Amino acid sequence: MTTPTLHRPVEPVATPAFDVAQARRDFPVLQERVHGKPLAYLDNGASSQRPRVVVEAEADYALREHANVHRGVHTLSQRATARYDGVRESLRAFLKAPAASEVIFTAGTTAGLNLVAASYGRSTLKPGDEILLTEMEHHSNIVPWQLTAQATGAVIRVIPVTEAGSLDLGALERLLTSRTRLVALTHVSNVLGTVNPLRQIADRAHAVGAVVVVDGAQATAHLSVDVQALGCDFYVASAHKMYGPTGVGFVWGRRALLDAMPPWQGGGGMIQSVTFEETTYAPVPARFEAGTPPIAQVVGFGAALEYLGGLNREQVDAHEADLLAYATDQLLRLPRVRVFAATAERVSVLSFMLDGIHPHDVGTVLDLHGVAVRASHHCAQPLMRRLGVPGTVRASFGLYNTRSEVDALIEGLREVRQVFG
Amino acid sequence: MTDASELYQSLILDHNRAPRNFRVLEHADRRVEGYNPLCGDHFTLQLRLDGNRISDVAFQGSGCAISKASISLMTMAVKGKTVEEVDRMFDSFHRMVMGQGGPDADLPVKLAVFAGVREFPSRVKCASLAWHALKSAIHGEAVEPEAG
Repeated sequence: MTTPTLHRPVEPVATPAFDVAQARRDFPVLQERVHGKPLAYLDNGASSQRPRVVVEAEADYALREHANVHRGVHTLSQRATARYDGVRESLRAFLKAPAASEVIFTAGTTAGLNLVAASYGRSTLKPGDEILLTEMEHHSNIVPWQLTAQATGAVIRVIPVTEAGSLDLGALERLLTSRTRLVALTHVSNVLGTVNPLRQIADRAHAVGAVVVVDGAQATAHLSVDVQALGCDFYVASAHKMYGPTGVGFVWGRRALLDAMPPWQGGGGMIQSVTFEETTYAPVPARFEAGTPPIAQVVGFGAALEYLGGLNREQVDAHEADLLAYATDQLLRLPRVRVFAATAERVSVLSFMLDGIHPHDVGTVLDLHGVAVRASHHCAQPLMRRLGVPGTVRASFGLYNTRSEVDALIEGLREVRQVFG
Repeated sequence: MTDASELYQSLILDHNRAPRNFRVLEHADRRVEGYNPLCGDHFTLQLRLDGNRISDVAFQGSGCAISKASISLMTMAVKGKTVEEVDRMFDSFHRMVMGQGGPDADLPVKLAVFAGVREFPSRVKCASLAWHALKSAIHGEAVEPEAG
């Protein structure tokens, strides 16, 4: 994993360069100073920043249009409902899904994966059935399945990660059997940035009759997602990693699967009729949206989707690929650095270690330089064990990052080396 | 504080590089694991008690510079001390890193090197992990001799 390559080489194409200075003006937080230094926010994999239009959309909704959704005959409730379900349609378009009714709003990726594991998993899995996970999963795509396995008697199997930071597809062939009922995997590794070959895996999984659940948390800010072309059965992600608000995310699922699934949580908004003897449930998506949803956040999510949709994706891709290439190159010039970069296709997520220095110490010194990175096990302890490290330092780039922010990172790392020797 | 060297003072760096009492303690009376799941710092602390007094102490494990230096300096500070003296040190150290009071007379002077941690809320636990482990070791159950 020491000879990283780029998944999208920066080619001298005709596309004009992304206007990053213009984009930065949309994100007021980028003008902040931290410890007297300009903020270099390189922790987009944990949570991205929000453009002004997202915050304004939320505020505008809250100040002028708020009411509960799907409840009232009054005008404000109808407006709120239209805004809320309008975002559902925006998400459908973003995911190139067949129908908006297949899009369920959740509190985020974690809630979404729990929904699928609890509702689909517990209602379909039998003792001895196998759930196939991967060694590069975030804890959010491990623990819900463990809970489901404990409740159903299903068994968890794991696709290993190779030295090159990719999934071991040879092992996948051996692990996929007629007992495999479900494959849950991440679209993009939150540690290595690896983009997994979803279509290939989904085809193999479907050949043995397994359903494919995708954790898209790290993918949606970087990749064009087409759930039909990817061939998955469920796709789950969060708004706050794609320039939207916290507290909201979604599950997309194939209609036939969703229709057969029991409710996850009970409450208002998800019923057809209730007596003390029996309750009948609303059709999807309402069946899975018990209680008052985070309406303002959904409205903000809609503004984020619109913001992303208004950018030239090719330009943004080229810009992020350039940042990744530049950062990788600069890092490898430092002495005694270990870069955990997948050799396969990857997005702008870069994990590394300075030999002999704990990631937390690196993170603290970088913070004093105004550089925000993640320094931890990244909620992926099995992958940390695979890499043989307690954690890594992770720089994850968003559309508004610049080469000079990479320079600030490198300068900070030089000081880390000076301090620790 | 905006200078890394104010947090990472040379004494801390020295104990990070060359931790003291970093070994397995034979015939330990107490053994406890100090673990911070947030960052993966993980130490095993072992004690020998002579009545009310810590006659020997050692540790093993790994963690960040702050946590490792803290446990190393702590072992030096508490060796030969009584449980009551250690309890007072714990309270004093805790007040200092929480920003509730400067290092006072109960705290060996070298440990004041961790006063800077109070400026780094995310690192307070790194400094105090060792002390929580020690407190649980001296007030916890004795271990079977072979477990030591």
